[in-house]
Amino acid sequence: MALFKPYADIPGTTVFDADMARKGYHLNQFCMSLMKEENRQRFRADERAYVDEWPMTEAQKQAVLDRDYTRMIANGGNVYFLSKLFASDGKTFVHAAASMTGMPEDEYKEMMLRGGRSPEGNRYIGEKK
Amino acid sequence: MARITAGVTTSHIPLIGRVIDTGETETPYWKPVFDGYDFTKRWIEKEQPDVVFLVYNDHATAFDMRMIPTFAIGCAEEFPPADEGYGPRPVPVVEGAPELAWHIAQSVIEQDFDLTIINEMAVDHGLTVPLSLVFGQPDAWPCRIIPFPVNVVVYPVPSGRRCFKLGKAIRTAIESFDEDLNVQVWGTGGMSHQLQGTRAGLINQEWDKRFLDRLADNPEELAEIPHVEYIREAGSEGIELVMWLIMRGALGDKVKELHRHYHVPASNTAVGHMVLEAVD
Repeated sequence: MALFKPYADIPGTTVFDADMARKGYHLNQFCMSLMKEENRQRFRADERAYVDEWPMTEAQKQAVLDRDYTRMIANGGNVYFLSKLFASDGKTFVHAAASMTGMPEDEYKEMMLRGGRSPEGNRYIGEKK
Repeated sequence: MARITAGVTTSHIPLIGRVIDTGETETPYWKPVFDGYDFTKRWIEKEQPDVVFLVYNDHATAFDMRMIPTFAIGCAEEFPPADEGYGPRPVPVVEGAPELAWHIAQSVIEQDFDLTIINEMAVDHGLTVPLSLVFGQPDAWPCRIIPFPVNVVVYPVPSGRRCFKLGKAIRTAIESFDEDLNVQVWGTGGMSHQLQGTRAGLINQEWDKRFLDRLADNPEELAEIPHVEYIREAGSEGIELVMWLIMRGALGDKVKELHRHYHVPASNTAVGHMVLEAVD
């Protein structure tokens, strides 16, 4: 029996469920390795060589090298794990979140100051905004 | 006997920790966030709890994908602040309450909730930011802490109903401990926020406020909220609010609301903070 996913009709949202957790295992464990300074240094020195040490798919590796958080999430990344990567880059949750919305960071911050993204029109896929 | 005297709910946003550590709490952006804790700082000085039972979630710090305990209890003598990639926060080491923690583990497991017992663990912003918000920047935390991490990151995560019932079991456990201790239970995380996808930045003030309205007097209704409603209405990371229900379950049937604070935004998140007094 397939997993019941009542959240599948929520737009712009990837729930980190069993399927995603399996898919993203090595990507997320790679991110965890960046909590150690010596690993961060090795990663910075040669990113490609470092990601090649991990049994990730090529799509996962390329998403990491491109710092494409949308593709990392689609390939099983979880934002709390990915945070080790953007922390290593000196970036914040706001930076990563904004990048996934496609908005420039200052525009995203401005939206948050105005009270954030409204749930209106954002609850169901295909819903009229 | 030990008694549960009060409950606190609060956000545990990592950036709040950094703002406290770098002394930027008085800036126009952050002042309204911190002003909402002035009441609590004065209140807790009078209350002087012996132990805080602190419900929070680990953010891929102590636990990675290798092991994912649903409910875990920290039974160690002490817990160091974790290095989350920026270096450890300059906050005191957390002193545990091993005797009470082991007592709770035994009692709660005998009440059919299977806890993971932890004897060595670094604690991340989920635990240290609430302590900083309420206690400020002391040289040592003024009470002992029992860390209680809950998995709300990797699905399946526990339901609100299960969390609420677990809170009741924790109450039974604490109240059967022989030592005369003033114990508070804190529930952290939330409120609405989403940190991923094109829907990132979602905030639902109306939903959050209805949650706050019901926490004191109508927690049974909150306990029935399914996961999908948290995700849809409060964002994918809004699910952290199930941890508040552990706190609420532990406070008993009747509580008195002493303080409420709600503010948008702090970073990506709606800040919700309440102080509840146990009445019976």
